[in-house]
Amino acid sequence: MRMRIGLMSGLALATAAVMTVSGCSNSGSDGGTDSGGANQITVYNAQHESLTQEWADAFTAETGIEVELRNGSDTELGNQLVAEGDQSPADVFLTENSPAMTLVENAGLFADVNQDVLDQVPSQYRPSSGKWTGIAARSTVFAYNKDKLPQDQLPKSLLDLQDPAWKDRWAASPSGADFQAIVSALLELKGEDATGEWLAGMKDNVRTYKGNGAVMKAVNAGEIPGGVIYHYYWFGDQAKTGENSNNVALHYFKNEDPGAFVSVSGGGVLKSSTKQDAAQQFLKFVTGQKGQEVLQTGTSFEYTVGSGVPANPKLVPLAELQAPQVDPAKLNSPQVTELMTEAGLL
Amino acid sequence: MPLPLAVAAVIVVAASFIPLGYVIAASVDTGWDTASALLFRPRVRELLTNTVMLVVVTVPICVVVGVTAAWLVERTRVFGAKVWAVLLAAPLAVPAFVNSYSWVTAIPSLGGLHGGVLIATLSYFPLVYIPAAATLRRLDPAVEESARALGVGPWAVFFRVVVPQLRLAIAGGALLVSLHLLAEYGAFVFIRFDTFTTAIFEQYQSTFNGAAATMLAGVLVLLCLTLLVTESVVRGSARYARIGSGAARRAVPAELGRRYSPIVLLFLGVLIAASVGVPVISVLRWLVIGGSTVWELDTVAAALVQTLGFGIAGAVVTCVLAFPIAWISIRHRGRFSRFLEGGTYVSSSLPGIVVALALVTVSIRYLHPLYQTVTVVIAAYALLFLPRALINLRAGLAQAPVGLEEAAQSLGVSPLSAFFRVTLPLAAPATAAGGALVFLGIVNELTATLLLAPTGTRTLSMQFWSRSSEIDYAGAAPYAFIMIVLSLPMTYVLFSQSKKVAGL
Repeated sequence: MRMRIGLMSGLALATAAVMTVSGCSNSGSDGGTDSGGANQITVYNAQHESLTQEWADAFTAETGIEVELRNGSDTELGNQLVAEGDQSPADVFLTENSPAMTLVENAGLFADVNQDVLDQVPSQYRPSSGKWTGIAARSTVFAYNKDKLPQDQLPKSLLDLQDPAWKDRWAASPSGADFQAIVSALLELKGEDATGEWLAGMKDNVRTYKGNGAVMKAVNAGEIPGGVIYHYYWFGDQAKTGENSNNVALHYFKNEDPGAFVSVSGGGVLKSSTKQDAAQQFLKFVTGQKGQEVLQTGTSFEYTVGSGVPANPKLVPLAELQAPQVDPAKLNSPQVTELMTEAGLL
Repeated sequence: MPLPLAVAAVIVVAASFIPLGYVIAASVDTGWDTASALLFRPRVRELLTNTVMLVVVTVPICVVVGVTAAWLVERTRVFGAKVWAVLLAAPLAVPAFVNSYSWVTAIPSLGGLHGGVLIATLSYFPLVYIPAAATLRRLDPAVEESARALGVGPWAVFFRVVVPQLRLAIAGGALLVSLHLLAEYGAFVFIRFDTFTTAIFEQYQSTFNGAAATMLAGVLVLLCLTLLVTESVVRGSARYARIGSGAARRAVPAELGRRYSPIVLLFLGVLIAASVGVPVISVLRWLVIGGSTVWELDTVAAALVQTLGFGIAGAVVTCVLAFPIAWISIRHRGRFSRFLEGGTYVSSSLPGIVVALALVTVSIRYLHPLYQTVTVVIAAYALLFLPRALINLRAGLAQAPVGLEEAAQSLGVSPLSAFFRVTLPLAAPATAAGGALVFLGIVNELTATLLLAPTGTRTLSMQFWSRSSEIDYAGAAPYAFIMIVLSLPMTYVLFSQSKKVAGL
């Protein structure tokens, strides 16, 4: 008898568990194409989780529209959208960089971004096609350990890092979309041969880490003199404890060097979305005054690109970075992945 | 054999071939030229070297450490043997990636093969220790005594009499360790050690389900099959059961003496300090540094509830699915039942990422309403962890003699009712152990959950991962802490159950 009571309560517990799981995530379990209720949008989010969460919360507070995030990396979610095609449960796609946006755009999956959204973003921060828009920006930097690398030894150009003199002296996170965006800028600026050569040199020299934060941590600890990352990891850590960045300084390549590349984060609305209006509203909010103020005053330290809101005053102004001119719509991720695979980095 | 059970078993086993089918189909799709270009490149050689070296170095170390530890607690009068016995199983409660995160905190430069071997050994040696200890406990000491009487020295007795009898436990444990090594992702990412699985994950992030990822998975499948075949060869067909009537005595524990006692205590102490002490202290230290702000209660509670939900639902479903196979393999031994059992190993020997990729592809293309639903996640868990449930269920059913069921029927109870009232209660403890093992696997699972779960899902391991990869080690600590606390009772269930089912 006792055994049977145990069995029954076990079954009850299991049933409750199944119901909890499906209850907690009802947006996914009621099918693929129409996720959640009418007053909810699903955002495939490759931007930093905490930043998008801030945007989502502020947007929900203003409009009452709930935002459900599915987090992943740029290329992962971009390719996932392509695989899902017109059956995707996503309404909006946000990335850290632009190559994944191009990937989805080339697959013909984006709806046109509304003109009132585009009007909020100056043309250099969005593709000419109008299929998506820039929502934030980030600058490439060479982060170096102040004790291990005197200023006169800093690389003049990103291209210098293929030189054997840099063997085992710089780090990167090649598996991440951040780094792949930099390579795609290099590809656009210098062509396939030069990029392939640079990647081969990189393979010989670089020490790889998982994530830009891990690169900075290693540089800070003196494990390696320097590394190629984006600027805001340093600012973010300085704003907290500085534990991973107090020994680190940032070197901006400037001079329109490929290493001075400014990567645009993108946002677009999926053509397959049944909630076009809410999705466009979300993009309008993110690129609008309030959304950009989240960038200006928040903890992400990414650059603002819209509605005339200036960047966080702690950052080197975007205009002073002397970034090379690249049309974000031309940055190609499949070819970059291929070249990096050939070089043995992926 | 009841037809419904046989049909159910065949369906379950057929489903477990889906991932393998996916890898084969994708490889055929790719065509030979592309495939060979992807396979015979330097990067693959690098990964193959890393992965093979990891297995070749780690597995023997785990066997030596696990068997030594088992022998010390079961066969010597080491001080505190009972406490050590339980503590040595405890590393199973620490997810390997939490172990790695803790060690990297302590030694930031930890990396490469030696780092991988260290973390893997500390995380996985209990997989050898538990079966070895259970087997040692039931070995008949009479064989050793006869050897000694014939003039064989104590060391020779150990290597020539005891070790051969541990062959099943060692082969099984070593197989489990190697399969874990092939499938492990998180632990090796922290210490920058690239294996096939970490590389597949990176490929996946770059191309979703591109040819390169599938090719790498194909190599991994071959490695897994090699291991499975090796194990069945090593295991051999010799019989290990005690012949004759009566029960074996318990062996008389050896005195260590004043010379060896300190060395043994030092060995056990260092082993526990490194495998349990370092992670626990490290997690507690991060909790102190993070203070109360890292306990975002809503997020932590939601992750806990979801993890419990997935864990319990997954464990129940997996045990239910394993049941027909276990029943057939105990009550109807033969070629058919051996095929069924072998089939279930195929998926579980693949890393979570390959199973997840297969299910993503299948559900996007053919079962779209199920895409990104709980159903698919639970299915993935069942495929990954079926053997864990099966092994225990089988042992449990074997302990319930068919005669008892027949006796109940002769007293006028219907067959179905006899089963529920007689056999199932007898098999219940072993089923609980199987369920515990599956639960443990689900709590630590990351990749399949990440790729398959409904949008909005945040399990403990997902939260831990997302924070720790942003170098927010303090923010990750609460999740690591809860995962360890949640796993401890399950580990204890396994440990105590292992003593009962040894040798079955």
